[in-house]
Amino acid sequence: MTQAAAADAAGGVLPGAPGESLQVEVRSDGDLQTQDMNLNIGPQHPATHGVLRVVIDVDGERIVRAQPVIGYMHRAFEKLAEHRDYRQIIALVNRHDWLSAFCNEVGVALAVERMMELEVPERAQWIRTMMCEWNRIMNHLMFVSSFGLELGAITPMFYAFREREDIQNLMESATGGRLHFTYTRGGGLKDDLPLGFLKASEELVPLVRRRNQEYRDLLLGNEIFHARTKGVGALEPEVALDYGVTGPALHATGVAEDSRVTEPYLKYDEVDVTVPVAENGDSYDRFQVLLDRIDASCDIIEQCLGNLPAGPFAAKTPKQVKAPEGAIYVRTENPLGQGGYYLISDGGKQPYRLRMRTPSFNNVQMIPHLLEGSMLPDMIAIMGSVYFVVGDVDR
Amino acid sequence: MESILTFDSLLFTVVVKVLVIVAFFLVAALVVGYLEHKVMGHMQDRTGPMEAGLGPVKHGVGQLVADGAKFIQKEDIIPRSADRWVFAIAPGVALVPTLMILVVIPFGPGVWAENLDLGLFFALAASGVTVIGVLMAGWASANKFSLMGAIRDAAQLIAYELPLVLAGAAVALQAGTLSLVEIVERQNELVLFDTIPVWYGVPQVIGFGLFFVAAMAELNRPPFDMPIADSEIIAGHMTEYTGLRYAFFMLSEYAGMVVLSALAVVLFLGGWYPWPGADLPDGAWGAVIGTVTTIAKTVILAMVMTWARATFPRLREDQLQRMAWTILIPLALAQIVVIAIVIVVLP
Amino acid sequence: MPTAPKIGLLKGLGLTLKTALTPATTQQYPHVKPDLPPRTRGVIALMEENCTVCFQCARECPDWCIYIDSHKLTVPPKEPGGRSRTRNQLDRFAIDFALCMYCGICVEVCPFDALFWSPEFEYSEHRIADLTHEMDQLREWMDTVPPPPPLEVGAAMPKEVQDGQRAAAKAVEEAAEAARAAAEAAAQAEAAAQPAAEPAPDFDQETYDRLLAEGKSERVAKAKAKKAAAKQRSAAGGQPGGSASPQADDGGSGSPQAGAQAAAAAEPAAEPAPEFDQETYDRLLAEGKSERVAAAKAKAAAAKRRRQASEGSEGDQ
Repeated sequence: MTQAAAADAAGGVLPGAPGESLQVEVRSDGDLQTQDMNLNIGPQHPATHGVLRVVIDVDGERIVRAQPVIGYMHRAFEKLAEHRDYRQIIALVNRHDWLSAFCNEVGVALAVERMMELEVPERAQWIRTMMCEWNRIMNHLMFVSSFGLELGAITPMFYAFREREDIQNLMESATGGRLHFTYTRGGGLKDDLPLGFLKASEELVPLVRRRNQEYRDLLLGNEIFHARTKGVGALEPEVALDYGVTGPALHATGVAEDSRVTEPYLKYDEVDVTVPVAENGDSYDRFQVLLDRIDASCDIIEQCLGNLPAGPFAAKTPKQVKAPEGAIYVRTENPLGQGGYYLISDGGKQPYRLRMRTPSFNNVQMIPHLLEGSMLPDMIAIMGSVYFVVGDVDR
Repeated sequence: MESILTFDSLLFTVVVKVLVIVAFFLVAALVVGYLEHKVMGHMQDRTGPMEAGLGPVKHGVGQLVADGAKFIQKEDIIPRSADRWVFAIAPGVALVPTLMILVVIPFGPGVWAENLDLGLFFALAASGVTVIGVLMAGWASANKFSLMGAIRDAAQLIAYELPLVLAGAAVALQAGTLSLVEIVERQNELVLFDTIPVWYGVPQVIGFGLFFVAAMAELNRPPFDMPIADSEIIAGHMTEYTGLRYAFFMLSEYAGMVVLSALAVVLFLGGWYPWPGADLPDGAWGAVIGTVTTIAKTVILAMVMTWARATFPRLREDQLQRMAWTILIPLALAQIVVIAIVIVVLP
Repeated sequence: MPTAPKIGLLKGLGLTLKTALTPATTQQYPHVKPDLPPRTRGVIALMEENCTVCFQCARECPDWCIYIDSHKLTVPPKEPGGRSRTRNQLDRFAIDFALCMYCGICVEVCPFDALFWSPEFEYSEHRIADLTHEMDQLREWMDTVPPPPPLEVGAAMPKEVQDGQRAAAKAVEEAAEAARAAAEAAAQAEAAAQPAAEPAPDFDQETYDRLLAEGKSERVAKAKAKKAAAKQRSAAGGQPGGSASPQADDGGSGSPQAGAQAAAAAEPAAEPAPEFDQETYDRLLAEGKSERVAAAKAKAAAAKRRRQASEGSEGDQ
């Protein structure tokens, strides 16, 4: 039925116009006219954590069509980066994916260092590796909590923020920041660790492990949780690879692609990295992989604590870091998936172009594929478990 | 036994009863709301409200009073395309049935407003009226999310009123009366195997569970809160409401918790008797002890609802329906059959 | 398909009940202040006396939230017939904390140790324009700047700390000497504290000679010698802002005995310039200010007096 016809049927009131309200027209032959309802989820909606907008057509509670609309949080990071020197870029990339701040910093720093062929001190690399993993745990805790919240379980939110707070305090003692760390510098770090950091880390790791078990008790073993997530939003590995999905969402389908293993950076080649995988690729598996990854990160942190050598925390660099002319592509495994940093330099103190491949952007692409044919409440279970940060999508 | 609120003048009696019921309704909702804030807070490893206090007593006891004061100050917004009249009166329609159930609930010997012969019937029938207010709100808001919430609520109510009524019917069957006061008295006389005095909650443990689950579903308490699932349909039928009208919906939720918990106490947990087979003194002391006992049991049940809310994720609408029609209702029917047979075989 | 309740549901109930029975982790914030680590980036404090108006911070700031105004000041020649010199006088130094992204680049680039991070964070305002804080407020925050934390085992000592340790060791000797001199003076005359007041000279002869021997120009050597002397003073006196001072007291980083001695010996030398102005403190308390404010202001007043004293002695030269 066209819009004009619909207007005629509704007595000349256009759909969406004031007074149109929700009118149902009974046709002359007595059939109740039904129409797919168009529903805007977002950009301001409690389920979209951020400003992602999903336009869906629903038939009753079943979604027949879904279309994510991105760009509400576009802040032109790549353009901004062309007008910032490398140290300022590190402060900047903290902010597009605010939940993986440190991992983003490391990506940019690695690109600059590899172009400059800079030898980064061992100690700095180990500290970076450890911080990356702490950041990964913080990120995952956030998604554990928000997923629970979206399914209606409010308590995991408060539990996970309790652990996040502990980790944030730890990170703050070393970096000074709680969310935007700005701790990396081209050639190393801003400062060495403060006294007591290693001891606090050692004590925090078992605590995080124990608490991680609590999330399993609270959510993963819960029958209502099973009913809501098992078989919901199942993603096939081929489709995932076609869409360029990475991170926990990809691992849940059984593909163990992780650049910490396949293309190790920092000190990931000297530690044992376990990549947890699952089989079905549904919401339940994605969540399980997330919890398993927290444990895996705890293992890596413990190895870093044991291996931390003495030495300087930064290489000797000129006052103004300048990447030589050329281009480089660096892959890192960010908490949400694979981050790519394509840096083109003309030899100046600012990059000529910095292109970022962000995992959230690709993860969001598969939302229509997963949503079509599912129920409206499943939309929440799906969107909460593909793990994206809207700032990371739009940049 | 006459209600202690009965006086010589009929007009005076009516006024006193109405005032007492409204006062209890407001205070109970505030107390249970406050307790939920605190209990859920501690379950989530935090303290809940700590600042707003009444006089020197802090620990957030005045939090809900402050919330109420805030709600009164807020602008009352009615959407342009809303059906103004229906939109405006819907919160009241949702609120009144809860108030009506309070009329028949006995809190102690003599502590009730009205002892109807059809008390149970009246209470269960009145509890179903709430959904009309919800439907009115959802329809009149001219908001797709509101409409979906209202439709979900109606579907949920139809599915859960049935096990609620069936569980209640089993009690009436065993007690042989529909009067809530008499159900409490008969309940106290029940002796199992001639030795162990028990309440109906023991022989009818399945019915008790069904009643409690159905009550939670009817009140839209998590894990059955799909009609107002915030992450799916924002706030369901309450999406477009602000200020005092929104507060009315919240009030009817908390008061509903009190009323249905009290009903469960009366039906299954021995009403005003502190323990099975207990004997209360006559007169004022009996009334006081009985009232305190009922309220304590009610609060405990309400806190169990809070406990579930703090722990469980929410079910999906279709799963909820399937659970009601394939598990709860057959169970309730089977229980009625068993109770009926037992009543006939063991007089 | 929902299943009948099983152990999973009960486990969750058990966990929430257990949590409810353990004390909550909540900090009642306005009543209990958070214990923030020294590196916390709360607010930027300005050591106004150290600023040379070089504009490094304003230029490196990613969002240009630092506003600096200055004018040239002509300093008359020190001795008759000499050239008069010009130096920059800071008129305005303001940071717009509504724009600031707390990256810390300004603190990092400041070549003269004029900017510091303080964990102070309670400076919210009702109007966004009021978040632009001026020089005097930034200077006041200087009193809340904590000493940098000691470093983790295995950390290479930063250059500043190594310099500071050397200075501290030197201060130990000089302070000990000064204390001896003070003791002798006390035996002879009543004004015993006088020599102790100036244990660290304004001019480090040793550095001067060494630099001259290295072929530096006289002016350079003089400046460096003065700086070295100032550094020693700050190491001994423990003034706020001396980046070397906290490490000088840190027994763990150098030889523990030396550190302890330094602390012990530096005591008499530091005495003449008190850290804390009792008079101001009492006055402010009487005026009804809070204890914390009074303590901070009293410290600031003491610091100001110290500065005036040292300026006066420079003028004498």
